[in-house]
Amino acid sequence: MEKELKTNRRDFLKIFATAGGGLLIGFNWTGCDSPKMKVVSDEEVLNSALNFNSYLSISPTDHVVIFSPNPELGQNIKTSFPMIVAEELDVDWSKVRVQQAFLDTEKYDRQVTGGSGAMPHSWERLRTAGATARQMLMEAAAKRLGVSVSDLKTENGHVIHGSKKLTYGELANEAALIPVPENVKLKNINDFKIIGTPVKNVDNKAMFTGQPLYGLDIYREGMVHAMIQRPPFGMKLKSVDAEAVKQIKGVKDVLTFKNNVAIVGDSTWPLMKARKQLKVQYEPIDGKLESTAFHNQVFDEMLNTGKGDVKRQDGDVRTAFSSAAKVVKSEYQCPFLSHSPMEPMNFFAHVKADGVELVGPTQTPDRARNAAAEICGVSPDKVTVEMTRLGGGFGRRLRADFVEEAVELSKMLNAPVKLTWSREDDITGGAYRPAVKYRFEAALDKDNKLIGYKLRGVGINAGNCTRENNFPSGSVDNLLIESLEYKSPITTNAWRAPITNFLAFAEQSFLDEVAEAAGKDPVAFRLELLDRAKSNPVGEIHYDIDRMRKVVETVAEKSGWGNKQGVSQGISVYFSHRSYVGQVAEARMVNGAPVLDKIYAVTDCGIVVNPTGADQQVRGGMVDGMGHAMFTNMTFTDGISDQKNFDSYRLIKMKEIPEIETHFIDNGIDPTGLGEPALPPTGGAIANAIYKASGKRVRNQPFMEQEEMKNVKLADPA
Amino acid sequence: MANYKLQINGKSYEVDVDEDTPLLWVLRDNLGLVGTKYSCGIAQCGACTVHINDEAVRSCVLPVSAVKNDKVTTIEGLSEKGDHPVQKAWEEVDVAQCGYCQAGQIMTAAAFLKKYPSPSDEEIVEGMNANICRCGTYHRIKEAVKLASAKTK
Repeated sequence: MEKELKTNRRDFLKIFATAGGGLLIGFNWTGCDSPKMKVVSDEEVLNSALNFNSYLSISPTDHVVIFSPNPELGQNIKTSFPMIVAEELDVDWSKVRVQQAFLDTEKYDRQVTGGSGAMPHSWERLRTAGATARQMLMEAAAKRLGVSVSDLKTENGHVIHGSKKLTYGELANEAALIPVPENVKLKNINDFKIIGTPVKNVDNKAMFTGQPLYGLDIYREGMVHAMIQRPPFGMKLKSVDAEAVKQIKGVKDVLTFKNNVAIVGDSTWPLMKARKQLKVQYEPIDGKLESTAFHNQVFDEMLNTGKGDVKRQDGDVRTAFSSAAKVVKSEYQCPFLSHSPMEPMNFFAHVKADGVELVGPTQTPDRARNAAAEICGVSPDKVTVEMTRLGGGFGRRLRADFVEEAVELSKMLNAPVKLTWSREDDITGGAYRPAVKYRFEAALDKDNKLIGYKLRGVGINAGNCTRENNFPSGSVDNLLIESLEYKSPITTNAWRAPITNFLAFAEQSFLDEVAEAAGKDPVAFRLELLDRAKSNPVGEIHYDIDRMRKVVETVAEKSGWGNKQGVSQGISVYFSHRSYVGQVAEARMVNGAPVLDKIYAVTDCGIVVNPTGADQQVRGGMVDGMGHAMFTNMTFTDGISDQKNFDSYRLIKMKEIPEIETHFIDNGIDPTGLGEPALPPTGGAIANAIYKASGKRVRNQPFMEQEEMKNVKLADPA
Repeated sequence: MANYKLQINGKSYEVDVDEDTPLLWVLRDNLGLVGTKYSCGIAQCGACTVHINDEAVRSCVLPVSAVKNDKVTTIEGLSEKGDHPVQKAWEEVDVAQCGYCQAGQIMTAAAFLKKYPSPSDEEIVEGMNANICRCGTYHRIKEAVKLASAKTK
């Protein structure tokens, strides 16, 4: 179906300047001009390109520069967004050159990477940007040829009239002067030529040849290097003895600010050495420091006696449970987790007389800008933010703490500063995935029908640690969801698929336990509940029942659910950050130990924009979900994590990954994001398969450190 | 501080640094070769992998004083035009997500394939297992190493 859309004012601020803005770090062409063609230099294209709107410029050289506004951290948005613009512009992808845009709140809305939200937010905007420029090119061609626009068509960067063909480059100068049309027609999705085809990452060449792309790769004239020693959680700075450190060659100064001790110098290594010799004393802020044993006590006390915040209540759970024929009750617990992207936190800041220059890896450039403006007492428009490629983020770079530190130091030192966190700073530095404990209870009647469902969760700085409208809400008559929160000095933050990164595992494992108690097949049990929600919904329903059902059925079909000899399967299905994901894990017993062989994943994210990128996101999300469910632990002693680097903070490795088979339900619905969706269901699918294979039900993460898994060795799947 | 003469990517460099300075920081801070990445600093992740002669080595724990006359190759010097079979395979398989660890993965794979030109799947996993990818691109790394091996035959 063709869509007609009003153009959005913000996206079409016309700037009749060239595309420039200076060559950025990370600026590189995707273009693979055929060797027969004249190679056009980056500068030539940029300097001659005419701006059509916030997203694209067209050069008389026939190249199209597409600006990617959102930070790129591995979710592949720098490739998928330009694909959408290029699709509607109707241009040959090999003529597209992608440039990461700076923060520009005049030109762009929501320059954020988080919440798998960019694709749904920008889908129509990007299409409209391409379609608008295409319309302007057609109008320019109509004028030049003295024909009507309706007699023209476009193809691969050309406007065509009968046998006459004009390139977009030839028309760029005239087309840029055409008034922006108010309404434009979008393509029929069946006519897509770029969307739905596998397009390789536009930064591949730069990444694979070691070009400067990331925040840590920023080096500027006169720049000072800095590292910071921060206090453990719940402590403040008491004293610093920096005399010995100041003697180290390459160390320029030691400064204190806001309980931090900063060491600055002319390169990184002297600072790392100095850190080891620095003598800093801290003292508790209010006398008590937290450790893991204390958190465990808090969980149990609050689960037993704390007053819960009622998030959802349907029917009457008290009566349901007192009349139940069977009650199932289980508790699930997870530790804090560090985001630990491979590139540790860092940022470049230069506080100048007339403003602030910020360069680095951030998921929220606008937050970085506002933080700098506040520290320096200038208006935000005096702060520029250049986003480098991010060496991972996982939610950690939604915060601006590392930006603030760099700005504070640049202000104090009156010099450009690059702040580098060590890996130890990164793992002990907080803003973790919150530790959470859940208690689930289910009531079954004498016919094994689910008549009551309770979830009570306690999180440490987790906000609402439940998602009260998750399935099976809507399919159970009597339901109570309560959330409790303990406030701790240990800082927490969104961590890829916030809350659901653990909640989904707990919910999907518990559903498996309930299905077993009811004597039902886990797939049939889910379908029965979905039928109930469809035919006679209880309260509000926040997931699309048909889409979820389709995912359950498809993953059962693809995995040959229930039809495999000698293989134990576990299912997990989740409405996950706007997409729908079903996964079936398969385990086999080998010498008394479960071996995880394979996981099937079926994803409904609507239209699949870039199949190679989509497959990557699903695989990566599953490996991430699996790794943290199985291996990664974070414990605390006196306000500081016991794990400080990758020798003890255990990430998943190649040997430990099973085969993964991905499928997509490409149903033509407007696309949703994929950065998070595949992660939440994975732990549940694995735990359910392990249970089926070994009879061991593992309810706490990381699995491999639990009592249930003590004599169980997951054999090497390689 | 002392003066060190280094042979990197076929060129000679001279640096004046402390003898315990890891090669990683000499490459990055002194020579502007930033393709070699810092991530853990304790030889646990492989993001800083370079070649010393033909061996894959973790430059974050290799003191510059230990390099001597050995031939150092970094990702920037693996091939002149970025067309080493491993780089081409990485492109073809579209391996990267955030990409930060990939230079180290490529350097590890290139050294591994030089030693074992036709590895089995198990050997690839063994050879690549000590390089961490936080984005979880392991399936594609495996596929790309296989492809690179096929390409060099």
